[in-house]
Amino acid sequence: MIQFEKFVLENGLRVLVHEDKSTPMAVLNVLYDVGAKDENPEKTGFAHLFEHLMFGGSKNIPSYDEPLQVAGGENNAFTTNDLTNYYCQLPAENIETAFWLESDRMLSLAFSKKSLEVQRKVVCEEFKEHYINKPYGDVWHKMRSLAYTTHPYKWMTIGASLKHVEDATLEDVKDFFYKHYTPCNAILVVAGNIETANIKVMAEKWFGPIPAGIKYDRVLPVEPPQTTPRHLEIKANVPLDALYKCWHISSRTSKDYYANDLISDILSGGGSSRLYQSLVKEKKLFSSLDCYHFGSTEAGLMTIEGKLVKGVNIKNAEQAVVDELTKLQNEGITTAELEKVKNKAESTMTFEDMGLMNRASSIAMYENLGDPDLINTELAKYQEVTAEEIKEQSRIVFNENNCSTMYYLSDN
Amino acid sequence: MNRKIAPPIKDAIEYQLLLKPYEQYTLDNGIQVYSVDAGAQEVIQVELVYYAGNCFEQQKGIAAATNFLLKNGTSKKTAFEINEAFDYYGGYCNRSCYNETAVVNLHSLTKHISKLLPVMKEMVTDAVFPLHELEVYQQNVIQRLKVNLQKAEFVAGRLIDSYVFGEQHPYGTYNNQEDIEAITIEACKNFYQQYYLNGCCMIFVSGKLPANMRELLNENFGQIQSTNFSINIPSSIVDPSTQKKFRIENDVNAVQGAIRLAMPFPNRHHPDFKKAMVLNNLFGGFFGSRLMSNIREDKGYTYGIYSYIQNHIQESAWVISTEAGKDVTEATIDEIYKEMQVLRSELVGEEELLLVRNYMIGGILGDLDGPFQIMAKWKNIILNKLDEQFFYDSIQEIKSISAEELKALANKYLLPENFYELVVY
Repeated sequence: MIQFEKFVLENGLRVLVHEDKSTPMAVLNVLYDVGAKDENPEKTGFAHLFEHLMFGGSKNIPSYDEPLQVAGGENNAFTTNDLTNYYCQLPAENIETAFWLESDRMLSLAFSKKSLEVQRKVVCEEFKEHYINKPYGDVWHKMRSLAYTTHPYKWMTIGASLKHVEDATLEDVKDFFYKHYTPCNAILVVAGNIETANIKVMAEKWFGPIPAGIKYDRVLPVEPPQTTPRHLEIKANVPLDALYKCWHISSRTSKDYYANDLISDILSGGGSSRLYQSLVKEKKLFSSLDCYHFGSTEAGLMTIEGKLVKGVNIKNAEQAVVDELTKLQNEGITTAELEKVKNKAESTMTFEDMGLMNRASSIAMYENLGDPDLINTELAKYQEVTAEEIKEQSRIVFNENNCSTMYYLSDN
Repeated sequence: MNRKIAPPIKDAIEYQLLLKPYEQYTLDNGIQVYSVDAGAQEVIQVELVYYAGNCFEQQKGIAAATNFLLKNGTSKKTAFEINEAFDYYGGYCNRSCYNETAVVNLHSLTKHISKLLPVMKEMVTDAVFPLHELEVYQQNVIQRLKVNLQKAEFVAGRLIDSYVFGEQHPYGTYNNQEDIEAITIEACKNFYQQYYLNGCCMIFVSGKLPANMRELLNENFGQIQSTNFSINIPSSIVDPSTQKKFRIENDVNAVQGAIRLAMPFPNRHHPDFKKAMVLNNLFGGFFGSRLMSNIREDKGYTYGIYSYIQNHIQESAWVISTEAGKDVTEATIDEIYKEMQVLRSELVGEEELLLVRNYMIGGILGDLDGPFQIMAKWKNIILNKLDEQFFYDSIQEIKSISAEELKALANKYLLPENFYELVVY
């Protein structure tokens, strides 16, 4: 059971406090409810570029990193298609340093020209390192634009093209900041060896005076249901043929989420999972094969991806995957198999809760989904899933008309 | 309230850091167990550490293959049945092969540990190495290797180690496709016989331990026959490259170059080691380092640049590593050497040095968060044949090293002529 207390400041900032007296450390985590899905299609990659700019100095403090390091702290941040999360960890006695730094950059950034120029370059190098200069690096770029016709999940967090990042202006930066980086669009979690009463005082003192801003009203284009199969074939300079299949699934807050999550484990979680045992070990069609989803807030994708054993025909490999899915749809799963994936869910969640930083960011993410208690109640939701629901859900999801398939073939 | 003024802080260097001691005991057959009982979550980690790393192998790839195949069949269970036994209880049993040691590692909920230890025991005492399992392993390792060989950073990592240590040295060696193809069942079985069944094993256990942990370990691992407790790590001869500078084209369409600079550096027992850890941090060890501030945050040549001292037991290397835009790789290397020059000629200012001290101590404090992290520190100390004094001396060094000492150290080590220099495009 993870205990926390929640209160809301007058400006709308939601604050959640989790005490843990067993550590000398404290974590301050700020989640902004803005991700790549909130970007203008002509200016993608902005939420992520902005994350970099958040370290380029704020209104009253020229450098974010240095004072934090002096206080014995370290920090990082990440951006997804759904949200942007900043976290720092430091000795608990110095927690006010984190309040000072985080609140000043929520108040206003410095909007330095030099910082924008440098971080544009840095992000371009990040783009190259992860998505261009690597075999299969552009897979998700292509897969997203195949699977989504309308919804902004159709581009990657890093951006649809390098050009969008290169063209970002200081005006764009300011607009984005004032639209999204406001107390009413943010969640603050403080965790560790702290007293809730003190945290309340500090939250009022540092974050209380920041103007609320305007609540961002998210209206995103809706992805129409897919009604026919989609195919894409790529030839690239890669050593092995690879198969990617994606099916639309429901959102993170849907009740189907738990069955879908367990399905991905039945198919590929661990050495005894179905796809691994049947297609990697027994039939030797793939050298690696995974089934996963991103846990995205809005309706997402269930993905199966695998690299083929040299010499295997990709149509045969794909058929073997489809056969396994058909088997699941027709025969369902055994009680032992269901018990296995539930045990795994319990174990995964327990291990995830070990680190203070993980606990803090989990609380923030659950609050962002609308219910911080999920951190304690999700396990029960997994336990409630029945074999019948798994079978039912597999029939809904693994429908070829709901599927985008990509053959990523070796040109040598 | 004045937002321009920082709140007062407690300097991290004022903290007294404590490494929670381990409990040590001996199983009936003499196996040493190191145990840390801590943490709030009901989880456990059991690590069986064998002296069965690649420095013991007579043929490339045998140590890693043997370690991997431990989980792929015993006389009673198929690979699938072993996997299922762990998966059913949500346990994770991983194998890893290093230079000196090879590890079988179990993560489990505390309540399931008694059901999983017998499976682990079966793996390390009754592995049978089926031929079809080796064949799948070889095929998949080769396919993964082919993908990795297209990544400049993978190629650069292999090559730089081979320049520093020589291709025959366990730290410098790497496997090619023909090495993987040459692995035989016979060789794996022999290696298993010598380094597992008759080998030297230690056990590290951490987490929220059940009251009968010791009995459980004794039941499962305390009755194993013929264990060997004094193994000599074969001494390997370092045979470095005579050429120092390399530019290699791996992909004509590359948009970045993988840059690696490296120089030989002594192991943890050398008196300079602890001091060098501080100099390394200042130079390129964290986000506020000289290299990062200049090459990423000022020039934007790279997404990230780091320096580090390799985690080796016998001898080590000091490495600088980054991926930079193709048109700025040479400019990046020039800047790296410039930063070395600055460290050799100028004293680090008091403010920056205090920042590095506080950052490092704060980092250690954060690193001790949880039983697995505490055990990881101890394991490192024990496997390097050090004692807790190393931990406390390192902290003392962080707190007290002077700007003059850092400059002298830079003049001793951070000299361009000491470094191998590689760019893989």
